[in-house]
Amino acid sequence: MTELKNELIRHSAADLAAKLASREVTAVEVTQAHLDRIADVDGQVNAFLHVNSEEALAVAAEVDAARAAGGAAAGELHALAGVPIAVKDLIVTIGQPTTAGSKILEGWHSPYDATVVKKLRAAKMPILGKTNLDEFAMGSSTEHSAYGPTRNPWDLDRIPGGSGGGSAAAVAAFEAPLALGTDTGGSIRQPGAVTGTVGVKPTYGAVSRYGAIAMASSLDQIGPVSRTVLDSALLQEVIGGHDPFDSTSLTDPFNDLVAAARVGNVAGMKIGIVKELHGEGYQAGVENRFNESLQLLKDAGAEIVEVSCPNLKYALGAYYLIMPSEVSSNLAKFDGVRFGMRVLPKDGPMTIERVMGATRAAGFGDEVKRRIILGTYALSAGYYDAYYGSAQKVRTLIQRDFDAAFARADVLISPTAPTTAFKLGEKLDDPLAMYLNDVATIPANLAGIPGLSLPGGLADEDGLPVGIQLLAPARQDARLYRVGAVLESMLEEKWGGPMLAQAPELKSASTTAGGSN
Amino acid sequence: MSVDATLSFEEAMEKYDPVLGFEVHVELNTKTKMFSSAPNVFGDEPNTNVNEVDLGMPGVLPVVNKTAVESSIKIGLALNCKIAETCRFARKNYFYPDTPKNFQTSQYDEPIAYDGYLDIELEDGTVFRVEIERAHMEEDAGKLTHMGGAAGRIQGADYSLVDYNRSGVPLVEIVTKPIEGAGSRAPELAKAYVAAVREIVKNLGVSDAKMERGNVRCDANVSLRPHGRERFGIRSETKNVNSLRAVEHAVRYEIQRHAAVLDSGEPVIQETRHWHEDTRSTTSGRPKSDADDYRYFPEPDLVPVVASREWVEELRATLPEPPAERRKRLKEAWGYSDLEFRDVVNAGVMDSIEETIAAGASADVARKWWMGEIVGRAKVADVDPSELGVTPQVIVELNKLVEDGKINNKMATQVLDGVLAGEGTPAEIVEKRGLAVVSDDGPLLEAIDAALAAQPDVAEKIRGGKVQAIGAIVGGVMKATRGQADAGRVRELILEKLGVEG
Repeated sequence: MTELKNELIRHSAADLAAKLASREVTAVEVTQAHLDRIADVDGQVNAFLHVNSEEALAVAAEVDAARAAGGAAAGELHALAGVPIAVKDLIVTIGQPTTAGSKILEGWHSPYDATVVKKLRAAKMPILGKTNLDEFAMGSSTEHSAYGPTRNPWDLDRIPGGSGGGSAAAVAAFEAPLALGTDTGGSIRQPGAVTGTVGVKPTYGAVSRYGAIAMASSLDQIGPVSRTVLDSALLQEVIGGHDPFDSTSLTDPFNDLVAAARVGNVAGMKIGIVKELHGEGYQAGVENRFNESLQLLKDAGAEIVEVSCPNLKYALGAYYLIMPSEVSSNLAKFDGVRFGMRVLPKDGPMTIERVMGATRAAGFGDEVKRRIILGTYALSAGYYDAYYGSAQKVRTLIQRDFDAAFARADVLISPTAPTTAFKLGEKLDDPLAMYLNDVATIPANLAGIPGLSLPGGLADEDGLPVGIQLLAPARQDARLYRVGAVLESMLEEKWGGPMLAQAPELKSASTTAGGSN
Repeated sequence: MSVDATLSFEEAMEKYDPVLGFEVHVELNTKTKMFSSAPNVFGDEPNTNVNEVDLGMPGVLPVVNKTAVESSIKIGLALNCKIAETCRFARKNYFYPDTPKNFQTSQYDEPIAYDGYLDIELEDGTVFRVEIERAHMEEDAGKLTHMGGAAGRIQGADYSLVDYNRSGVPLVEIVTKPIEGAGSRAPELAKAYVAAVREIVKNLGVSDAKMERGNVRCDANVSLRPHGRERFGIRSETKNVNSLRAVEHAVRYEIQRHAAVLDSGEPVIQETRHWHEDTRSTTSGRPKSDADDYRYFPEPDLVPVVASREWVEELRATLPEPPAERRKRLKEAWGYSDLEFRDVVNAGVMDSIEETIAAGASADVARKWWMGEIVGRAKVADVDPSELGVTPQVIVELNKLVEDGKINNKMATQVLDGVLAGEGTPAEIVEKRGLAVVSDDGPLLEAIDAALAAQPDVAEKIRGGKVQAIGAIVGGVMKATRGQADAGRVRELILEKLGVEG
């Protein structure tokens, strides 16, 4: 039984869907296998902040009942019905707490479901639980979570990336076949890169943001986390599409993604290397794996061209003005008045301002405070034009750079992150070094274009995963899946199987002290 | 609370020239809120007309109410504004518990309507043009009730209750340019301006426009400068002056207060002021400087509002006739004197008279009934004349009964009372109460004979050509018939009988 379960957790979502459809396995078996795995290894990984066993099994049982009943009930089931999923704890869910990784929301239950969660429920995908993240998605390591860091399944002393380290680690550790992430500057893709998983930031507006606790509204996007490119395509089709509750959501259906992942060739496609997104500042092992992928794509018949986006050198600076500005406003609602934590001032008069102040002082962590202060300053009268205004102009320039680049290439390619996973604590006291981790992912958020990170192999010097990033023009998410799936299959052929097969085995809780959460 | 010194209004006017400015907030009467699907209803149980968006729960997003945008464009057009082809919302950031997100979604540098004007007619017919700087869309805040402490103010309160039903109600804020040159008519102009705005939004049907419910709220800016000086003085902003009378009084009071401050050689403090109806005075609110930093930035959760020229023209075509133009047209059509028309307007029966005329009555008949009979009864019943229960058809029917000689005027008022008492239609009431004029000449002639016999000297005078003496005989006949005779017919019969030409 253990062996069977162990085998089940290693399947892709697409494979699980096929086995469920053929009734080779039941949804309850699949869900239970993942819950067991969580119980087994999450004490070490700390990917989950909340495990939702009861509801997940109930949904799985519904799927099994519908399948057993056959006829219309079975016919109406979504292809991914019964395939379990983990949800980043920035996305609100009825019936489970949502913390955003912050103390200020400890114990808070949302009275409503995010649109993407409604879609998961409609597809009857059992929700395994809520995954860890940097507080309010601010960070690149999950070390800024108020509930302790998540650890990288490849090396438990290293970071799993961030902010969506919990979702990436859960998928990398076979605790879930799929997860939802959110990506404001790389929070899906960079964790994907350092944990050897696939992560996609869709086109801005391709997936409804309703119910994703806003960090920076003009940059945030919900997207899939998985172990294969096809699985991400399947998941994006579940969660995507227009939502009347999100004015910025696009009307495009984005229903050609799975088909694109199955095209299977890139012959004649033009793939552009972005001059500014590799080379200096990138770890040698990362460059090597990047060059290897380029060669494979060339071998597959793609034409490799070099493009330049000169304004990308301003991207990080612009991002760290726009993002904190929006953060300073979006996080104003956390004041202890209507929900979440309330802290009363220790002494002195009890005024509303002082209650708000005491609550925010106690409830927010350092990185969140840093960004609120930065953004408040950047929006202040007299500074607005120089900071927020200039940053928005840079944003326009970067969009134009990408327009020009996409006039010459169908898809752009770069390493996802400049380095492999660093050690826990290594950059915690150096925010600027931490911010540099997102140098290659931030431009896509500023331009609103889609980006995908897939495993590109292990760096020679440390044996840790390297991510390859693909970028496409806005609304052309399908191109990412087409190129990504081809590159993935060539790499796996070279490795003789999925990269995650090379990851060290995590010790079972039954053989380690501490146990699970 | 210290009492501020004031100068007499006359003295203030002698020394200083007032400059006014108004921010009028109009609550729109859309079915749902500005950015959420929660109902926009006044007066319900606190915190029932709210959803997660109005409460600013984590993760929520706003969606613009299209009807609210339409209403805003209509208001802009009615104020002779230009309508922006595209405009954006902006966040006004400040921490206050009546604002769930701790920012208000408003418009900043891109209002939907701008550069308009409104011609305000003062009571003596003088027309004063008020320039409109902008009309922009925003959401209302929740309502705070401060418990304990004095006068319902937050200072000194034990705790405060918040009702978020009003949170997210669509607002249009109409901002004037500085209004110069009103002189001593400033208080009157202030009242007339707010009245005109209120009338316009009511006429457009975009707001319930009830000031007592806060549907229309006025912040009045006042500053004074010595006569002849161009530069404006320092202004005060009196918040939430919520009746037309209060607007007039608040402006007058602030002019008098500013004058006293300036006279004492002190500078006026730039601040908000609170209006107190009981003492008819203002007290200091919070300091307000032009440098108040709300850290405005474009609302990233909303896409720009695009008002295509076709849409704007479609909306323009649906606009009702402006109230001022309509009044002018009706006054001419009805032929009323200035005084008659003003009385009609002040009594609030212009619409009713228009409907009555449309139902078939003449302008004079309509005015006679509404002003002469219905307004007085409405006052006694303490309702609007239009709500008393008299339809235009009733008046037309009553009038026809009189004109046909079926009843006389005195009876008609009794019939009207019968209608108001719910006794039926005028014809039914005439029947039921047995009020028909005695139109059979037989009984009348008997009564006339009796009257003439009773007053032979009067009969002699009439025969002698003193027709004006006839009243005594008519009166006798009317008395004998208990008022049921048609006085006109009685007169004819008397003259006939006495062989005198009338």
